[in-house]
Amino acid sequence: MAARKRTPPLVEMTVNGEAVTVDRAPMVRLLDVLREDLHLTGTKEGCGEGECGACTVLLDGEPVCSCLVPLAQARGREVVTIEGVPADHPLKRAFVEEGGAQCGMCTPGMIMAALSLPARPSLDAVRAGLAGNLCRCTGYEAIYRAVQKAASERIGGAE
Amino acid sequence: MRTALSRLTLHEPRTLAAALKLMRRAGPLVPVAGCTDVYVQLQFGTQPALAYVDLSRLSPLRKIRRQGDVLVIGALATFTDLICSRLVRKSLPMLVAASREIGGPQIQHRGTIGGNIANGSPAGDSLPVFAVAEAVVVLANADGERRVPFSAFYTGYRRSVLQSDELIVAVEIPAVEGAQWFRKVGTRAAQAISKVVMAAVRSPHPRIALGSVAPTVVRLPQTEATLASGAGIAEAQRVLKEEIRPIDDLRSTAAYRLQVSANLLEAFWETTA
Repeated sequence: MAARKRTPPLVEMTVNGEAVTVDRAPMVRLLDVLREDLHLTGTKEGCGEGECGACTVLLDGEPVCSCLVPLAQARGREVVTIEGVPADHPLKRAFVEEGGAQCGMCTPGMIMAALSLPARPSLDAVRAGLAGNLCRCTGYEAIYRAVQKAASERIGGAE
Repeated sequence: MRTALSRLTLHEPRTLAAALKLMRRAGPLVPVAGCTDVYVQLQFGTQPALAYVDLSRLSPLRKIRRQGDVLVIGALATFTDLICSRLVRKSLPMLVAASREIGGPQIQHRGTIGGNIANGSPAGDSLPVFAVAEAVVVLANADGERRVPFSAFYTGYRRSVLQSDELIVAVEIPAVEGAQWFRKVGTRAAQAISKVVMAAVRSPHPRIALGSVAPTVVRLPQTEATLASGAGIAEAQRVLKEEIRPIDDLRSTAAYRLQVSANLLEAFWETTA
């Protein structure tokens, strides 16, 4: 215990399916480790206070704001970032086709939050599921259309 | 200025007993779980503590169970846990309503009931619910547990009876008789801090609590007594306006809060009639 306090243990976790080991202090934000140590810069920092959702990643499958997660809490857990979502994923395609991305700052977080919506979500379910993500460009309508379009494709075809 | 996070130390106990020992011997320590309040403070540089203790892996503290007529919610239950819990939906639907309006999904997955109580914000959305449910807060230290009525927990703005070696381990909620009601008023449905938040119970002895109108969450005993006496809603609204003294701050004004509180009282009374 005493030794641990002086030298924090390495943090082992899984990021986008790969085992990684990080040598950073335990209270450093998961967001900073993803961006600075692992060079996964698709995850954006908007507000840094859990308000905007731009830094959303999946932690053991649940969307969380990575600006509010100490690295130590990711130990032994599975993290998925926007880089872990395949380029041809229906959500990514639908965002392009529907104009769901304008400046792009909120897009990775929107897509990570949308990944945990139920199948064939109602518009209300989409709005509730994305309530923690702010967008200053689109007025949200194009984003909701993209999410609903992707959901119908995912049901129809391969995941 | 943002706190330099690499300088901070974090204890990671595996058991509650180990956590309580640390709280006593290695303190003062700031407990963290969902981190949804503490990391905001660190971002703004308003959290001076250098040493923290992570409670998030103490999974027994996350349980929600019934003990006779009492609903026992572990301090680490997240707002998502509360929303999904059949026990909570059945016996305390106003807590489900409050949990749905806290932040957005990302915050609901991480934020805990113990954290909302410990943070002690006068705008904490779950707090009016615990006030009208007449909950009991269970505190533990290395010597044992003690139970504090929720009404006696806060002693002032962001101050409580919680001692530096204690942790909140659970909230106990006796059976609530009558229709439950909850309403939050903010700038936007999600991600906004309340301008006014009300929880209430309709019964022969109505219970009403408000957040964001005083340094702590408050019950309104005079307004409650007026309604219990059979006086009309207009009279109860008049009493309410005498009973609370909200202030102007960055989120709203005293006048707005006063009027909205009176409106909420009427909405509660009409929808639960």
